[in-house]
Amino acid sequence: MALLREPILETRDLVKAFKGFVAVDGVSLCVRRGEIHALIGPNGAGKTTFFNLLTKFLQPTSGAILYRGTDITREQPADIARRGIVRSFQICAVFPHLTALENVRVALQRVVGSSFQFWRSARSLSQLHGRAIQLLAEVRLEDWASTLAADLSYGRKRALELATTLALEPELLLLDEPTQGLGHEDVARVAQLIKHVAAHRTVLMVEHNMNVVASIADTISVLQRGRVIAAGTYDKVARDPQVIEAYMGTASTKLAGSG
Amino acid sequence: MKARTRLYAALAILGLAAPWLGLYPVFVMKLLCFAMFACAFNLLLGYTKMLSFGHAAYFGASAYTTGWLVTAQGWGTIAGLLGGVAVSMLLGLAIGAIAVRRQGIYFAMITLALAQLVFFVCLQAPFTGGENGLQGIPRGSVLGIIDLGGDAAMYYFVLAAFAAVFVLIRRIVHSPFGQVLKAIRENEPRAISLGYQVDRYKLLAFVLSASLAGLAGSLKALVLGFVTLSDVSQATSGDVILMTLLGGSGTFLGPALGAIIVISLQEYLSDLVGAWVSVMIGAIFVVCVMTFRRGFIGEIERRLGRRV
Repeated sequence: MALLREPILETRDLVKAFKGFVAVDGVSLCVRRGEIHALIGPNGAGKTTFFNLLTKFLQPTSGAILYRGTDITREQPADIARRGIVRSFQICAVFPHLTALENVRVALQRVVGSSFQFWRSARSLSQLHGRAIQLLAEVRLEDWASTLAADLSYGRKRALELATTLALEPELLLLDEPTQGLGHEDVARVAQLIKHVAAHRTVLMVEHNMNVVASIADTISVLQRGRVIAAGTYDKVARDPQVIEAYMGTASTKLAGSG
Repeated sequence: MKARTRLYAALAILGLAAPWLGLYPVFVMKLLCFAMFACAFNLLLGYTKMLSFGHAAYFGASAYTTGWLVTAQGWGTIAGLLGGVAVSMLLGLAIGAIAVRRQGIYFAMITLALAQLVFFVCLQAPFTGGENGLQGIPRGSVLGIIDLGGDAAMYYFVLAAFAAVFVLIRRIVHSPFGQVLKAIRENEPRAISLGYQVDRYKLLAFVLSASLAGLAGSLKALVLGFVTLSDVSQATSGDVILMTLLGGSGTFLGPALGAIIVISLQEYLSDLVGAWVSVMIGAIFVVCVMTFRRGFIGEIERRLGRRV
């Protein structure tokens, strides 16, 4: 029934050209409310560039980006976050010398509006601790609240990043390779976490791990050389000869992880 | 925590007793002014990782303003100080608004270029006395109640101002705003993606730092009774960077200690070795960079495994 849901994020003929190289070449994509949408593709397909366009870390050469029907093509990165689109990064983005609790609190703090108060004690932020612990518990990190983020394992850093993101109560989560660099057990754990937090939200994720994509994604778009070559459910996409060729170099093999 | 309280208590007693320890009071006041300047600079370099190459502009502009207000305009001491701080605040706002849009070396170059502009204005403007500077600035009194003409009264006034600035900087670093600054310093793209308009936070840090640097400059003008072009010069901007790095940027006490070391060396060695003092301070800085990069206090904190 996913197809009947309203679109939350749309791109129309989005193009990003660097000098002598077109990284994103006319991508039109539709992410519908409530789904987990995975963006896959071989290395260099333009996934991260596309992501940076969506979050305004790069300006598109042409085309439009619509969020809930509003054109956000020319907005600043911080504005996007205020609208409810929050991204994660390919390289784990935590604040290393802040504790897990403080990491989450920094995100909560902006919403409360005390962020310019340089004359108040940080103790005034303790009213946020309850909510921060709750968010840490959501990713099972409540026991690590006072640990410096730098001292957490990589999998837990990923979980902390997710908790920080959730603190903003985003409607749309953009996750850039959330399971990259994780060990076997952590991959499954983080995948379940994403599924868990996506219950009332929309998720667009770039992901390389086909097992993760197969197990949690509702819709998949395949990017190759800056273009969308296929879109749909996993089963549909995995049988697409163009997709198999893009990944395997030949149309005769099955896609990894689809068995 | 207890050890830290004891340390600060000892420093407070030392500060209060300094005039009776045989130290020349004007020299100690000068130390305090530069210590305040370095602490203000550290708010920017140490806690936001922004390296300003032109902080003497705020120090000097405020000194000139205060000097001019109390001599030519007949303002009171407190009003003159506030006037100076207001000018350095506005200057910080104007220069900061341009500079915070850039990072790293570009940020440093913009602050340097605009500070040079301020220097040449001070050289040419009619009210600064040009090459001669402003002379004979009266210390006046605190709102007509406490006369600051004597060195003892002036000393405690400067000490109180330094203590207030020191406490304020500690508070800023540990405030909700300080938390955001820390987050920006640690991972700026992530702070942006959480919805923070980071330029505004950097600008506020810049303005606070410039204002407090200005207060230090104005106090120095009152203590010594004169302002010269060296107060707005590139050399002074360089000195404050040196003080902060030598003492330990990103530590509370480091910049103050660095200021004491640099000013003492300049004061006592220049009689003995003349211009060679710059070479010697340069050599000390090279040794610092090569062997204890965190600065004196930074290195001590690392050894102790905690912050002071």
